[in-house]
Amino acid sequence: MRSIPYAGQIRGVVFVAALASLPSFNLAHWSINIAVFTLMFAVMSSAWNLFGGFTGYPSLGHAAFFGIGAYTLGLWFEHHAVTTGYEPFLMLPLVGLFAGLIGVVLGAIALRTRADVFAIVTITLLFVVQTLAFNLRGLTHGAQGLALPIPPFAAATFERPFYYVLVALLAATMAITYLTMRSKLGLSLAAVRADEDKARGVGVRTLGVKLLTFSVSVGITAMVGGIWAYYESFIYPQFAIDPLITIGMVLMTFLGGRGTLWGPVIGALILETAQQTLAYELGGSEYYLIAYALVFLLVMLLMPQGIVPSIQSVVRRRRRRAVVDAPGPPPSASSSDRTDVLTRDAVVVEGPR
Amino acid sequence: MHALIQGLILGVLTAGVYALMASGQTLIFGVMKVVNLAQGAMVILSAYLAYGLFTSFGVDPLLAIPVTTVAMFILGVAVQLAFLRPLHDEDRSELSLLVTFAVALLIEGFMSVTWRTTDRSINTSYANSSWSVGGYQITLVRLWAFLLSIAALGVLLLLLNRTRFGRAIRATVQNPESARLLGVESNRVSAIGFGLGTATAAAAGSIYGLLYPFNPGSHYDLISRLLSIVVLGGLGSIAGAIVGALIVSTSSAVVAATISPAWSEMTFFVILILVLLLRPQGIFGTTGRGAI
Repeated sequence: MRSIPYAGQIRGVVFVAALASLPSFNLAHWSINIAVFTLMFAVMSSAWNLFGGFTGYPSLGHAAFFGIGAYTLGLWFEHHAVTTGYEPFLMLPLVGLFAGLIGVVLGAIALRTRADVFAIVTITLLFVVQTLAFNLRGLTHGAQGLALPIPPFAAATFERPFYYVLVALLAATMAITYLTMRSKLGLSLAAVRADEDKARGVGVRTLGVKLLTFSVSVGITAMVGGIWAYYESFIYPQFAIDPLITIGMVLMTFLGGRGTLWGPVIGALILETAQQTLAYELGGSEYYLIAYALVFLLVMLLMPQGIVPSIQSVVRRRRRRAVVDAPGPPPSASSSDRTDVLTRDAVVVEGPR
Repeated sequence: MHALIQGLILGVLTAGVYALMASGQTLIFGVMKVVNLAQGAMVILSAYLAYGLFTSFGVDPLLAIPVTTVAMFILGVAVQLAFLRPLHDEDRSELSLLVTFAVALLIEGFMSVTWRTTDRSINTSYANSSWSVGGYQITLVRLWAFLLSIAALGVLLLLLNRTRFGRAIRATVQNPESARLLGVESNRVSAIGFGLGTATAAAAGSIYGLLYPFNPGSHYDLISRLLSIVVLGGLGSIAGAIVGALIVSTSSAVVAATISPAWSEMTFFVILILVLLLRPQGIFGTTGRGAI
C-alpha cells in the first residue's frame, strides 16, 4: 500500500465508472431494482453521515425530509404535465433546496439541544410530519395516498434513468463529503464532535457549521425521496415517512464507519442487498423485523467502530510494524520512511476520521 | 365550554398513566444517561402480557400488575446486562440510543409474530360503566387507571426516597463518581435502575391496555409522546415527568374535544417547540447534573 498520487480521486472515478457501466450488462429487472434501492440508501446514508457522522449529533428525523421531498415532487406534478419523463429529475435540485430551507428553520430550533435531546426532538419531528401527511387531506390526500405521473419509459429499460440519476447523486454526495473532509469545515465539524464547548471557545462558528451541514444533508435526503416517489408512482404517508428509513440510514453508516467517505456506501451495499434478500426469503415482514433488529444489535456490540475504521487501524498497525521490522536497509532511508508514516498518521488523527 | 371542561377532566385522568411511563423513562436516564427508545415497546409488550393473562386465565389487568412488573423487571435487567453494559464509555450515549431502538424493533417483531398485527383491546366487565357528575362523563376505567397510576407512582417514590437502595440510586444520579467512592456499586445500580424503569413501564402497560386498543406498532405513537413529556419536564426529573404528563395530556385532550381529534397528536409537538425555544433544558431540568 504505497501512496499513489491522487489515489483517492482515482478510486472514486473507477467506482463511479463501474457503477455507471452496470446496466449495460443487461441485468434482470429484479436485480437492477435491488441496485436502485441500494443506491438510494447509499446516497442517504452518505448524506446522514455528512451531518450525523461528522458532528456526532444522532439525527433520527431524516426520514421526515425523505417524505417532504417525496410529497414536494408529487404535489408539484399534480399540476404540471410530464411529457419526456425527465422533468421530475430536473426538478430535483429545487426539491433539495426547498427541503434544505425547511431544514435550516427546523434545525435552528432542534440544534438548541445536545446529543440525546436532539435525537428525541428529531424523532418527534418524524412522527409530526407523518401526522401532517395523514391529516392535511386537502393537500396530501391523507391515507388515500398521492398519485404521481407514470414515467413514460420503455418497459425494457424502465429502471435505467432512475439508476443513472442516483449514480450521479451518489457521486455528488461523495464529492461533497470528500471536499468537506479536506477543508476547514471538516476540521470545524470534527472539533464540534470532540468537544463543542471548547470548539466554540477557540472561535469555531459551531451553530453555523452545524446548520449548514444539516441543511445540505436533509436536502440530499429529500432529493432521494423525490426520486423514490417518482419511481413508485404512488405514495402513502406511512411509507414515505417511515422510521425504518431513518434506521436504515443510521445503521448503514454505523456498519461501514461513521465519519468516513466510503463507510456509508459500503454499509449500504452490504445491508440493503442483505435486507432485500431477507425480505424476499422471509416473506412476512414480522420475522424480517426480528432478523433486522438482531443484525443491528450485533453490529453495535461487535463493531461499534464500523468496517472502514477497523480495517484502517489494522492496515496502519501492519504498516508501522513493516517499517520497524524492515531488514537491513540503510538507516537513513529507514528513518525517513518512519517519519513519513508518522506524519501520515498525524494527519489522519488530526482531521476528521 | 362544556367540551372544554370535559376535555380537562379526561386529560387529567389520562395524565396518570403517562406520568407513570415517563417516570420510568426519566429514571433510566437519570441513572444511566441512556434514553430508552424501547420504553414504548415495553409498555405495549406488558399490555399484551396483561391481555394474555386476561383472555387465558381471566385475570383482571389491574390484578395482573404484580406479575407483569416482575416479568418486565427481569427483562429490563437482562437488556441492560446483554446490550447496554458492553458499550464503551466514549460513545455510550450515541450508541445506546441505537441499541434501545433495535430492542424496540426486536420487541415489535416478537409481538407481531406472537399476537399478529390486528388491534387488540382488553374488554373487562366494567369497561363501559361510567358516572355522570354534574353533566360530565367520568368512566370507571379511567378513574381506576388514574388512581392506580398514582398508587404505582407512590410506590416508586417510596422506593427511591425511603430505602437504602433508593438512596444509592439517587446518589448515582447526583454524582456517580462520589457515589462509587462511597461504596455504591454502580454496575448493580445501573442494572437494577434500568429494571425499575421497565417495571414502571409494565405497570403503565397494564393500565394502558385497559384504556386504549393497541397493536405492535402502537409503540411509535407512544414513544414520541413519552419523549416529548420527558424533554418538556427536563430529563432526569420525576417531578418534571409528572408535570410534563399533565401538560401534554390535558392540552391534547382539550384540543381533541374542542377542535378535532386528528390534531391532538400535533399539540405536544407545538408545546415541545415552544419549550425548546424558551427553555431548552426543560421545565425542571438543570444544565448540570440533576437530582431525582
